[in-house]
Amino acid sequence: MSLAARFLPALILTAILLPIGAGLWQTALAAAGHLPAIGAQGPDLAAWAALWDRPGLGRAVWLSLFTGIGATLLSFLLALASAMAITRKGRGGRLLAPLLAMPHAALAIGLAFVMAPSGWIARAVAPVLGWDRPPDIASIGDPFGLSLIAGLTVKEFPFLLLMMLTACAQIPLRRHLRAGRALGASEARLWLAIILPQIWPLMRLPVLVVLAYSMSVVDVALILGPSNPPTLAVLLARDYADPDLTRLMSGSAGSLLQLALVGAAAGAGLLIRRPVARLGGAWVHAGAPAPGAGIALRALRGAACVAMTLGFGAMVALVIWSLAWRWAFPDLVPQELSLRIWARSVQGWAAPLANTLIMAGASTALALLAAIAWLESETRSNRRLPWAEAAIFVPLLLPQIGFLFGVNTAALRAGLSPGMWLVIWGHAIFVFPYTMIALADPWRAVDPRHFRAGAALGAGPWRRLFALRLPILLRPILTAAAIGIAVSVAQYLPTLFLGAGRTPSLTTEAVTLAASSDRRVTAVVATIQAALPLMGFAAAFVIPAILHRNRRDLRGA
Amino acid sequence: MLELIDLAIRLPGGRPLLGPMSLRVEAGQVLSVMGPSGVGKSSLLDAIGGHLGAGFALQGRVLLDGRDLTGLPAERRNIGMIFQNSDLFPHLSVGQNLGFGMPRRHRDRRARIESALVDAGLGGMHDRDPATLSGGQRARAALMRGLLAEPAAILLDEPFSALDAQLRDEIRSFTFDHLRAAGIPALMVTHDAQDATSAGGPVIALG
Repeated sequence: MSLAARFLPALILTAILLPIGAGLWQTALAAAGHLPAIGAQGPDLAAWAALWDRPGLGRAVWLSLFTGIGATLLSFLLALASAMAITRKGRGGRLLAPLLAMPHAALAIGLAFVMAPSGWIARAVAPVLGWDRPPDIASIGDPFGLSLIAGLTVKEFPFLLLMMLTACAQIPLRRHLRAGRALGASEARLWLAIILPQIWPLMRLPVLVVLAYSMSVVDVALILGPSNPPTLAVLLARDYADPDLTRLMSGSAGSLLQLALVGAAAGAGLLIRRPVARLGGAWVHAGAPAPGAGIALRALRGAACVAMTLGFGAMVALVIWSLAWRWAFPDLVPQELSLRIWARSVQGWAAPLANTLIMAGASTALALLAAIAWLESETRSNRRLPWAEAAIFVPLLLPQIGFLFGVNTAALRAGLSPGMWLVIWGHAIFVFPYTMIALADPWRAVDPRHFRAGAALGAGPWRRLFALRLPILLRPILTAAAIGIAVSVAQYLPTLFLGAGRTPSLTTEAVTLAASSDRRVTAVVATIQAALPLMGFAAAFVIPAILHRNRRDLRGA
Repeated sequence: MLELIDLAIRLPGGRPLLGPMSLRVEAGQVLSVMGPSGVGKSSLLDAIGGHLGAGFALQGRVLLDGRDLTGLPAERRNIGMIFQNSDLFPHLSVGQNLGFGMPRRHRDRRARIESALVDAGLGGMHDRDPATLSGGQRARAALMRGLLAEPAAILLDEPFSALDAQLRDEIRSFTFDHLRAAGIPALMVTHDAQDATSAGGPVIALG
């Protein structure tokens, strides 16, 4: 076992980093004009030249930077303002769970139903403004990507808020605030001058994950983003789907550009930390004057409430649209509700639902098994591997569009055909970091005396694992599983690229349908997509509540 | 009989913590090791029981009934351990806790558990949540759990210091009565002279 304990983390890391490394390498080769599968034997610069000649490339790059950085900044500010309110009132955090569970594509579709010219907001103001038909305004898909920023923010700010609340729990927040208030500082000044510098080290990774995601997202951008020209990631996704196969190579060159953009933005974000800290020090030295900070934070809190309302409105809109038999424009509710659309479209969603369940079940099981193996080997060898623990997060820090086509190429060259197994592997790579985040702290927090007592009663390492550690950790394990299911259900590009289009999931179906005209069928698929993670979280809540109904010390763990 | 021969413990980093010391505990005897906190009393128990953390260096030998235990993992030493807070496993019922270490050869498991429960004044509490027991009930259940595993020796780490004064006398006599009846060597570390007096065995002072 000690040998296995030593090599398990290395094996898991290989399963994660090998495909990514191979994908990056193949992407780089294709960008250099070498793609033997289509007869291109480079090296040459044709791919770069073709990329350069793409109309709208500059605008696409600009849009990616603007929407990605804009959504990240806005999400961070909304999270900060909400964290202030939630830590003060001690409640409100629970509202986050449904938004966290919601897959990006379903949320984007729901938001489109709310914000579109024929959506709920327009219907609500129609009587006032005298509209009897949807107005001719680009309230979604606007050329500046503002609706994309809004959509990303609704989804990402709850994630940053959750991470921020976790970070706040690790510092003596209340004592610092109390001490600061006693010195006469306002709450807003204290958060900026005292709390933010303390939680930033814990927020750095989540912020970078959100930045990399927002700058390179494809599914949300297809639904809410500008279309002509689109963001860089959407431009590349179109290249990869183009019947003209030479576009694969200009797409690969674009992928490298995308990687460079995300790297540059992340690097700039990390580099300005030092000057910001110096300026901040001088600012605190000057007494941390913050005129207007209170008002600004109130405004941000209001914006956070709007974002939450939009998110919940999107969920409700999905369900109602899936049931709307007839719904003429200015009416706020449908004239007639019916399950006919569900029944009629069953052919369309049954197979994707089955595929989604297989992908989510298998990838979550793999990721959970890997996380338990990782943590148990840490327990037995009694040492942590800081570098390896950091490497787990590499998949979340790289833009998916930057390497997934290369993974597909690498798999083909290695004799693995794209399909369900490759998709499951791909999903597991992105699920694993989240199961580790969910499981690692509870794992390490179990009172070690239980295991000494177990050993003194004759229980060996396996019995200590199966009869003590895992049952004690039932609740966090199920929570990790629910998070894993939510992450897997939300995956778009891995399903598309690693399944080579042969494994349609609810997500790929929903995104395809969103571009079509029938909102009701789209709503059915998106509703099922949104329901799966919610059911996972409900199970993770109910199962321990039943099994541990008579075990006080395990409740609320 | 439990014997320590030239046992010495070094801290991670190499600084000596304890020993070398030799001692011997006869069957049915409770030997008390006294000393202020920080002299390595708990580490001594960990060394004997096989629970020493990574980085600690151990020299000398531990013999139990002539068998050399040095290097064996805790679960194969057959040495029970009673801790200060007598933590029962939170996910198991009281009865399941008592049965956790019972040797598998026993066929009449339930009967043994029930009679141990009655013996500890916990009759009818087999299915109770351990979190609902009082401090004294938990201490008695933890001792019973240790004894039902039929250890060849038992170690007690400040077993009564978490109990309030009234309860302490009662649990002390309950514990020592049962240890004597079990007829196995017991080694207790404590900083309370009253514990050592009640134990009635030899006393060694450390530090």
